[in-house]
Amino acid sequence: MEYINLFIRSIFVDNMIFAYFLGMCSYLAVSKNVKTANGLGLAVIFVLLCTLPLNYLLNRYVLQPGALSWLGEGFADVDLSFLSFIIFIAVIAAFVQLVEMIVEKFLPSLYSSLGIFLPLIAVNCAILGGSLFMQQKDFANVGESAVYALGSGIGWYLAIVCLAAIREKLAYSNVPKPLKGTGITFITVGLMGLAFMIFMGIQL
Amino acid sequence: MANLKETILNPILKGNPITVLVLGICSSLAVTVQLKGACVMALSVIAVTGLSSLVVSLLRNTIPNRVRIIVQLVVVAMMVILVDQILKAFAYDVDKQLSVYIGLIITNCIVMGRIEAFALGNKPIPSLLDGLANGFGYGLILVIVAFFRELLGSGTIFGLQVLPAGYVPNNLVILPPFALILLGCIIWVHRACDKDLQEK
Repeated sequence: MEYINLFIRSIFVDNMIFAYFLGMCSYLAVSKNVKTANGLGLAVIFVLLCTLPLNYLLNRYVLQPGALSWLGEGFADVDLSFLSFIIFIAVIAAFVQLVEMIVEKFLPSLYSSLGIFLPLIAVNCAILGGSLFMQQKDFANVGESAVYALGSGIGWYLAIVCLAAIREKLAYSNVPKPLKGTGITFITVGLMGLAFMIFMGIQL
Repeated sequence: MANLKETILNPILKGNPITVLVLGICSSLAVTVQLKGACVMALSVIAVTGLSSLVVSLLRNTIPNRVRIIVQLVVVAMMVILVDQILKAFAYDVDKQLSVYIGLIITNCIVMGRIEAFALGNKPIPSLLDGLANGFGYGLILVIVAFFRELLGSGTIFGLQVLPAGYVPNNLVILPPFALILLGCIIWVHRACDKDLQEK
């Protein structure tokens, strides 16, 4: 029950895009058509799901104040939490590089369709943001952090596919000239965010 | 000399990182509920973009091309850690309010974008100025958005009451989606004034 609650909340209530504006750059840049949006969204879910539990373990056993106590008495009051930004981003960048190489070697067709998005994900705020929120939320075990990663990834995926679908239709509408392109997209995202607010306060 | 002036002015008006290039929206809008947080965030971003552009520009001839993304990320992450530690020491309550968004400056596209596009191919001093100017262009938009959101949302500026006491705060303005709508409107005004920027 706890897991389902966390899952639903991270998709709808704490949606990465509408509640925290994370991953906005690639969200706006890659949402021109549904097909590419689909590819990027799936890649984000995958990378989040792999890096977040990894960072959780690192945070739990290396970075937190007192986390190193498993090494022995002398390490019990070592606090490495100031290193967390650099460790998290290194894990994410290394992981993205690794995935890119594996996909290139074994799944060349997938690689050519995802191509440019994979390296983009390393600097997607949603991924680093997920890890930082995980640190703040203080999850009890790896399972919870994985559920949170899956939920926020799906939330991001949902948001980008919805926006891409709307933008495909928007291309045919008659928008005032200065508002065309970026301007109207921002307003659309704002209105979508308002719609997502109805989920606020959902408690399973 | 004219070139330097161009380097500084361009990111603030014609090539503003937020309204024209649409970079760095990620970590920006959530901190605009109050003017104070927005100002601190703007200053942090200015410091990080300026300093990391400077450092990467100094290192530009020694970085191997294949691993440059990792090197850049490490430089940026180091700068952000510095800023975060300074904020924790001198402005703890603001740091708590900004929470994860200070850390997210690392993945702010403006920082990486300027390093890739400018600092890797230019001398240290122009790179420093370019970084600072881009940070300033970003901060300017942040402060404008925060000004309207704090004024309409709570009737205050920097926490001081400015609208008459009978003013009923507009709660819609405080909600996250309104920041996007407001930014859309700023882009609208900007492009209406400058016809070159309009999209076909």
